[in-house]
Amino acid sequence: MDFSWVFTYWPLIVAGAIQTVLLLVISVGFGFILAIGLALALVCGPFWLRWCAKVYCTSLRGTPLLIQLWLLYYGVGSFLPMIPGLRASVLWPVLREGFFFAAVSFTLNYAAYEAEVLRGALLAVPKGELEAGRAFGMSPATLLRRIWLPRAIRIALPTIGGEVVLQLKATPLAFTVTVMDLYAVAYKVRQDTLLVYEPLIVVTLFYVCLTLIITRAFRRVEMQVPIRR
Amino acid sequence: MPTSPSILELLSPYPPGWGGVLISGAASTILISLGAYLLGMLIGLAGAAGKLKGSRPVVALLDFYTTAVRAIPELILIIGLYYAGTDGINRLLSALGFPPIEINGFLAAVVVLGVVQGAYATEVLRGAILAIPVGQIEAASAFGMRPLLRFRRIVLPALMPNALPGMANLWMSVTKDSALIAVVGYQELALATRLAAGNTKHYFLFFFAAAVIYLVITLVSNMVFGSLETYFRRGQPKAA
Repeated sequence: MDFSWVFTYWPLIVAGAIQTVLLLVISVGFGFILAIGLALALVCGPFWLRWCAKVYCTSLRGTPLLIQLWLLYYGVGSFLPMIPGLRASVLWPVLREGFFFAAVSFTLNYAAYEAEVLRGALLAVPKGELEAGRAFGMSPATLLRRIWLPRAIRIALPTIGGEVVLQLKATPLAFTVTVMDLYAVAYKVRQDTLLVYEPLIVVTLFYVCLTLIITRAFRRVEMQVPIRR
Repeated sequence: MPTSPSILELLSPYPPGWGGVLISGAASTILISLGAYLLGMLIGLAGAAGKLKGSRPVVALLDFYTTAVRAIPELILIIGLYYAGTDGINRLLSALGFPPIEINGFLAAVVVLGVVQGAYATEVLRGAILAIPVGQIEAASAFGMRPLLRFRRIVLPALMPNALPGMANLWMSVTKDSALIAVVGYQELALATRLAAGNTKHYFLFFFAAAVIYLVITLVSNMVFGSLETYFRRGQPKAA
């Protein structure tokens, strides 16, 4: 076991960790917003909207993330340069990067899983609380903002914590589309130094630490509201 | 430039088209998944038995196994196990004085995914066994059933309804995780698709086709598990 390479490669490791965390934060953040819309469509949308949301969730949960990522990066990515004017626009440097595609596909995928979780949680909010809100004369938007959504998120919190950890464990896939995330750094170290296990071990420790931080953070949020049993 | 072939020509199962490559890729995806799933179930059964009945060191070891596998990203686990496994076997062989061998990619994929599945299956089966009323198992022992007979006649039928939802999830996740095997270079559906797409430059078409195949696998499995569950839940009162 030889860990001396850590001293020369630590800037890369830190940069990789930042990329990984960035991917996680972007996909969970935007994915959650998208998931709220999807879950509402699933629970109380009109028939066609409910059907669209169902198809979206089923197809994104039923195919591997790797295929979705490659479909976006190679498939959609090969169409993008054909759009007139896009290559000259200011957006092009962003649209060219693998990071953009990874962030988009992780967000869409996370939203599909999270929407199903939130759907269950929205249905699990006691009817009486919603009726009480309506009896107070709350408009549907106020009811959603003040009662329905906060209660549902509380109910779903343990599951959401698990989903975030799963999302963290999905981020190394970004390395297949040239993102220099933590795993890609380990790969580069392996190619440079011919060490197979040491880089993997170091990177694994990073992921386990991140997992511990996420679970601790969620536990702390969960404890803010005491549960009466 | 020659005229570009139509979608049907590209997807046709005979050599100028790439449909045959995709279908054989799908077949090996299903085979890998089946093998890994069965191996995972065996490991899971042994692991669940060990966690429930084992001595303290066995329980600690199994706890480490399930926690580690579930905390480490699948991609890293698969690559690590793949290299460590093949490398370890060759080192063992050279220590014994044999020439190194080329490990069969299919076998390596099955073992690697099976070890990952085993950790999840351990937890699913442990939960399902714990949900069986103790009295039923005690009654079986009181009738003088040996452990194996007891397992086959009492524990297994009582465990199946509890375990099936979790086992269905595991099957869905192994069919999707098998795509990760593409990264270590064994040709299953994901890698076959990449090959076809790279050769024809029709990236969108082929990845879309692969996504549809995976989706069909998932939907068909959904139906199979649905009917399995109604079969194993026969005679049980319907949930309110």
